[in-house]
Amino acid sequence: MIINGVTIDKTFAEAFPMKATRAIITAQNEKWAMISAQAMTGFATSVIACGCEAGIERVLSPDETPDGRPGVAIMIYAMGGKGLAKQLETRAGQCVLTSPTSALFSGIEGGKPIPLGKNLRFFGDGFQIAKKIGGKRYWRVPVMDGEFLTEATTGMVDAVGGGNFLVLAESQPQALAACEAAIEAMKQIPNVIMPFPGGVVRSGSKVGSKYKALSASTNDAFCPTLKGVTRTDLSPEIESVMEIVIDGLTKEDIDRAMRVGIQAVCDLGAANGIKRISAGNYGGKLGPFHFHLQEIMA
Amino acid sequence: MTSLTFTLIETPPSQRIDMSPLVCQKLAGLSLDQIAGIELQCGKQKLRVDQLFHITGSNADDISIVGSTGKLDLIGKELASGNISVQGEAGAYLGMQMKGGTINVIGDVGLYAGCEMKNGLIQIEGDAGDFLGGALPGNKQGMKGGTILVKGNVGQRAGDHMRRGQILVEGNAGDYCGSRMVAGTIAVMGQVGRYAGYAMRRGTLLLWNQPQLPATFNDCGLHTLAFLPMLFASFKSLNSRFADKAIAFNRVRRFGGDMAEAGRGEVLVKL
Repeated sequence: MIINGVTIDKTFAEAFPMKATRAIITAQNEKWAMISAQAMTGFATSVIACGCEAGIERVLSPDETPDGRPGVAIMIYAMGGKGLAKQLETRAGQCVLTSPTSALFSGIEGGKPIPLGKNLRFFGDGFQIAKKIGGKRYWRVPVMDGEFLTEATTGMVDAVGGGNFLVLAESQPQALAACEAAIEAMKQIPNVIMPFPGGVVRSGSKVGSKYKALSASTNDAFCPTLKGVTRTDLSPEIESVMEIVIDGLTKEDIDRAMRVGIQAVCDLGAANGIKRISAGNYGGKLGPFHFHLQEIMA
Repeated sequence: MTSLTFTLIETPPSQRIDMSPLVCQKLAGLSLDQIAGIELQCGKQKLRVDQLFHITGSNADDISIVGSTGKLDLIGKELASGNISVQGEAGAYLGMQMKGGTINVIGDVGLYAGCEMKNGLIQIEGDAGDFLGGALPGNKQGMKGGTILVKGNVGQRAGDHMRRGQILVEGNAGDYCGSRMVAGTIAVMGQVGRYAGYAMRRGTLLLWNQPQLPATFNDCGLHTLAFLPMLFASFKSLNSRFADKAIAFNRVRRFGGDMAEAGRGEVLVKL
């Protein structure tokens, strides 16, 4: 399949089951909600070493938030429920409780409830106050700027992590420009996050390593500088490969995000140095969810 | 199906009547004849329902009590679901230990309305007596959940020993409002009497007017509290002045107390 001069490989991205949750951070204004959200989702690019994958889903207008203030929806994905709960609590405690004017609410209905502010309340040292409003339990924790208001729990649901595609270009700037365009388009899709820095991964990995201590290592088949010394998957004109990783609540959410992302890359086309779209395919070793590129773009 | 309606024959009845058998879950599936044969305690004698009421209708999930007086006690006791509508006054212990559903009263109600209720909604168009949402004498926990809305005034000791839930009063409250509260919220739009919050451990008294507080409450200053707009927003489905967006506020003077007790309670007064 070729779109605007860009070859879409007949391959698929492999993804795996994860657990996910969403939280809403509000603040006096969007600036401070975003600062808190960025802190909370920092260092959460890959479960390989971060414990979770997290990202900002979108900015919320005041009429979309529980307390009528500007807000940001963030999502956190982890391999299991316990890990997710721990990451959520740790990050909320360090990055939202501490952030000026912030409040923290559940962003997902249903699923299994996991603690959001349920244990953070103990920071109140006995001065915390519970309030049940509209059937939901909230905690008011006295803090130095006033009160930190937080919902007790949020929902944890089954989700899919690791959807991806690779952008193969004639140069590094061209690959990056294409990925930036893809991310801008994909940000409009609900229920997904692209957890890597700016949504783009330059260090795509394969499963396993020659070093026993590592579970993943550089994807040498897609490293342009190794074209002559390994079993490469690159043609001579490819100088740079970048990856976009997508976590979503459902396979369909990731389908939608991949479609608009790949389309944005293809809109730049071969004229801008984009030659191929491929995907992280690990021979079925990584996970049960398969995203066939040509089917998605059909 | 039409509401199952009980119309009082003798108004007022000669003795107080225990209405606790006439709740939705106990009448579900019974024929009118079976309902007519239920015996109610009336003073020191037991009388059949049809000796006291005309019975019409069939929907046991929607009960109406017509021509009600202050001598009908224990209306809606342990109500689990459904709706009870009271046309007139109600006696003591309205909605006692209620678990769910709705009770609407057009007139005034007596002592201990909503006492020890666990969930559901009680709406009272008139006034309520003492110990609204309180604990039965000798018990340590009053209302444990749900909402009581009173459009008139309430008597003394509203929310005594209250554990959870909310009491909303459009009118005035008597002395000792929120006394010995363990937790929960009492909101009073009118005036409150003396000793508001007496011996409260936790919980919130939300007041529109400055009360005369016991000396064991301390001023915590002026504050903008984020939970208040959410609390007011949760009232929007009520048929009440509490549902009016214009009455909402988030700026209060906060008093902490009762310092003679745990001291974790608060009295929030609108600025």
